[in-house]
Amino acid sequence: MDDFLAARSQMALSLGFHIIFSCIGMVMPFFMAVSHYKWLKTNDEVYKNLTKAWSKGVAIFFATGAVSGTMLSFELGLLWPKFMEHAGPIFGMPFSLEGTAFFIEAIALGFFLYGWDKLNKWFHWFTGMVVGVSGLASGILVVAANAWMNSPAGFDFVNGQYLNVDPIQAMFNKAWFSQALHMCLAAFTATGFAVAGVHALMILRNQNKEFHLQAFKIAAVFACIGALLQPLSGDISAKDVAKRQPAKLAAMEALYQTEKPAPLLIGGIVNEKERTVKGAIKIPGALSFLAHGDFKAEVKGLDQIPKDQQPPVAITHYAFQMMVGIGTLLALISLVYFIHLLRKKSLLEKRWLLKLFVLAIPLGYVALEAGWVVTEVGRQPWIIYGIMRTKDAVTPMPGIAYSFYIFSAIYLSLSIIVAFLLYRQIKMVPVLYNNSTSETSNH
Amino acid sequence: MEYVVITFLCLGILLYFLLGGADFGAGIIELFTSTKNRSRTRKTMYQAIGPVWEANHMWLIIAIVILFVGFPHIYTTMSVYLHIPLLIMLIGIIARGTAFVFRHYDAIKDDMQWLYNRIFRYSSFVTPLFLGIIAGSVISGHIDTNAKDFQSAYIYSWLNWFSISVGLFTVALCGFLAAIYLIGETEDAHDKRRFIKKAEYMNIAAVVFGAMVFIAAQLDKIPLVDWVFKNPVGLTAIILASLSLILLWYFLIKGKTQILRVLAGFQVTMILVAISYAHFPNFIRLKNGDAISLFETIGPQKTIYSLGLALLLGSILILPFLGYLFYKFKKKEE
Repeated sequence: MDDFLAARSQMALSLGFHIIFSCIGMVMPFFMAVSHYKWLKTNDEVYKNLTKAWSKGVAIFFATGAVSGTMLSFELGLLWPKFMEHAGPIFGMPFSLEGTAFFIEAIALGFFLYGWDKLNKWFHWFTGMVVGVSGLASGILVVAANAWMNSPAGFDFVNGQYLNVDPIQAMFNKAWFSQALHMCLAAFTATGFAVAGVHALMILRNQNKEFHLQAFKIAAVFACIGALLQPLSGDISAKDVAKRQPAKLAAMEALYQTEKPAPLLIGGIVNEKERTVKGAIKIPGALSFLAHGDFKAEVKGLDQIPKDQQPPVAITHYAFQMMVGIGTLLALISLVYFIHLLRKKSLLEKRWLLKLFVLAIPLGYVALEAGWVVTEVGRQPWIIYGIMRTKDAVTPMPGIAYSFYIFSAIYLSLSIIVAFLLYRQIKMVPVLYNNSTSETSNH
Repeated sequence: MEYVVITFLCLGILLYFLLGGADFGAGIIELFTSTKNRSRTRKTMYQAIGPVWEANHMWLIIAIVILFVGFPHIYTTMSVYLHIPLLIMLIGIIARGTAFVFRHYDAIKDDMQWLYNRIFRYSSFVTPLFLGIIAGSVISGHIDTNAKDFQSAYIYSWLNWFSISVGLFTVALCGFLAAIYLIGETEDAHDKRRFIKKAEYMNIAAVVFGAMVFIAAQLDKIPLVDWVFKNPVGLTAIILASLSLILLWYFLIKGKTQILRVLAGFQVTMILVAISYAHFPNFIRLKNGDAISLFETIGPQKTIYSLGLALLLGSILILPFLGYLFYKFKKKEE
């Protein structure tokens, strides 16, 4: 494996890993806060137990997200020193604010996890909220930094020099809002479906039904609202990408020729050598509408992009299809769920609906990862769009393949252990939280 | 504003050493505790660092973010030439951080604990060792930006007696800090005695490794003696550090645990000052005799301005909140 490919693979692996943990760490606190609020208001032990059970999950995910995030802050330099040398001072603003947000999150988590029966109960609840809000802020800030790579701003690039640096302008680049919105909704949707699905599974298995039902309801509402709003945010993103990064949009839709009007492709097999797509369903004019809000508009194809500036088409296209496909499916499930809620029927009778949620456990995260593949691979060959190429940024140190293998092994084992720990937490729910003995020695 | 940024950088490194370092030290103490006392040590340690655990490790993030935003040339030089020790340190951080949380949050306490404990203890040793190696390498003058072959560029930059001595010295200091902090965390007289014993051993280790650092520096022609003994600030700092050590043992006999902590922290701070003051603002010393200075490689003006502002605003939010956290969970002593 050559060093450049190894560096890219290691970066993709680290980000792909970190994204899942940080999303869970940033969304779960909100579920927790809702349940905690209900406990304080109703004095129903179920909510207290649920809050405690979830908080253990948050602790596990937060710790894993924190170390993988620490890893990333070094990895940027370890793998892409030439990028960081120039980009650091320009796009560093969100990172320095993120440092603050993350710090506050860690402090608040300390209060929250250890504050049972030690703090004023509303202050305790408040610290839980702070965990969520600062986590969300961290997420938005990091995405703003990534958005800068797609939409560089806040400097003048003159003869290879980066002049007139303005970090505030860089932070509020053109892509930050659409990307951050899309990411936040994705985080809520993916985490919501994963959590709701796990609890749905436990309901189907007839274990601690009351406990799991309340858990399911809280997570499902977040998930379904997220899934229904996501297409709107996707539309904002698509129009934005069409304007700023036509090469990425063309790769997403495998649009080799400029067309007017341009059709939307669903599925299809991409042949990168012959530059064709076979077997796709074509919806006439739909891509023109999605990209420019007009069924007859022209959409730039890859033929208008110089060869050495084109991203890999097949990966970007497949990832995009996967993201949109799953997104649509989750939105449909959400619709069914809300219709069901309006009819006020008991969920426990509708086993098929619960089964749908079980099916959706991994789907949100698959879509979320696919979305990151679209935005990262779709930006290639650039690391700073239009300014610096990824291959020019890579470290001069040889032998990166070994570090890639080591980290693959580490992340794989961490994933297995975390899954194992969650399995055990869930397995122990009947023991730890059975109605009468709510107080557990294990805080 | 550049002074604000540099102050925060130094503060970040210092606090990471004092707080994060003590966390590492707690793992090191556990590593060197006999099997029959381990679970007691573990329990005391968990009470001591559980609530502030995550916060203690944020200082590293603060320091690294300041480096890459404000001093990108320093950050990238370290990243390239100290790639390998940084990587090992990161593996240590990952292993340690996860093992600590996993062993507490595993709902079933069984043989898996054996694994978590092992990982936790060994990575508690490896991580500060490599942190020290990195710190030593930065000032050792072994980083060779003109190196032609792999070994001299990426291996000998950190694999030398000076760096390794600094690494071992760091481990001993972390263990010492932790032992001193832990004395105040327990009410049990037997445990107190055990931690005092540990503090003694770690103190001896620190003196031995400290001597090793000086010998290695001498052999390597690193002007460490000049920095420490010929610079008025360096000399004052080292005298204060020695004085505080004497005071520390005095108060240990008296059983004043709160003062002990302050003195231990002060002592380590003085050691850091003694080593680094004389060559400030130079941050990295290179093999060809040049140095990379903080002031010469500082980022663009607007960046530094907004970074400084972000740090100031951040500390208004963070410090009271953090102070309250320590107060709330640490006030029970004495």
